[in-house]
Amino acid sequence: MIDAIDRQLIELLQQGLPLVSRPYAVIGATLNLSENEVLQRLSVLKEMGVIKRLGVIVNHRRLGYKANAMVVFDIADSLVEQIGGHVSQFSFVNLCYQRPRQGEQWPYNLYCMIHGKNREKVLQQLAHLIESCGLRQYHHEVLFSKQCFKQRGALYQALPEQEKV
Amino acid sequence: MLSPLHKQLLNDYQQDLPLSATPYQDIAHSLGISEEDVLSVFKDLQDKQFIARIGSVISPNQVGVSSLMAMTIPSKQLHRVAEIVNQYPEVNHNYERENRFNLWFVLIAKDKTHLQSVIADIELQTGFNALYLPLLADYFINLGFEIEFDD
Repeated sequence: MIDAIDRQLIELLQQGLPLVSRPYAVIGATLNLSENEVLQRLSVLKEMGVIKRLGVIVNHRRLGYKANAMVVFDIADSLVEQIGGHVSQFSFVNLCYQRPRQGEQWPYNLYCMIHGKNREKVLQQLAHLIESCGLRQYHHEVLFSKQCFKQRGALYQALPEQEKV
Repeated sequence: MLSPLHKQLLNDYQQDLPLSATPYQDIAHSLGISEEDVLSVFKDLQDKQFIARIGSVISPNQVGVSSLMAMTIPSKQLHRVAEIVNQYPEVNHNYERENRFNLWFVLIAKDKTHLQSVIADIELQTGFNALYLPLLADYFINLGFEIEFDD
């Protein structure tokens, strides 16, 4: 289990690693930890899978990737895991999740995100995905993003004060 | 116009920085350049907003619980409802998408009870129902995002 110090560490890292020669020493100083302890905790958090990656987070929009589509599929339950694994292999697929269907109003159980420089490119990539993964028989919808109302709140604002520490 | 070094630092270190006391120096060594160059190019990329940040991506539901939510809002009321939703600190992303379900947001809360109370409150305050779409399985293997540069 992760403890309160791990949570603080994660919260600081969400804000960004300082661009200095010894960034973990700087983070450690804020939390009253040694540089070594910070590194040890991070390696455990990565090992546990709590931290998926720790690296450069690019701004897709600024790099010209202005079209973003969430694509949802209604896949047979017995195949969703296998197909999800297949879909996630494509480099233009950014996320790939299974979520519960919500009756007839929303019968989809597989979600993936495709970023592209424009709408046509995203649709071409989707056509390629559908062809390669044999998805033509499954109903899908494409939801392009139109406007962003909120990009990201602080991840742990939702946590009560005593857990934020 | 980005230099080859800018492009390399953007593309090659998305998955992981070296987890050592001196990550930037390690990158500099492997590229045969100075640490000052690595730091100044990363700073430039951040200043120009090509990099959102150098930092961690957390697995969903490892710290707190989260869910994707979707609502169908008449277009005339969309901005008003989006503003109400935005006011909740538990709301992480909030997007308009082209669909009959046109408002999509992610909620993150400390536990399931907290999550459910926020959902109930949002539905009450906005007057619209929300689809509850929590994550069941994550199939994504992050290999980094390979950027195609135009120049």
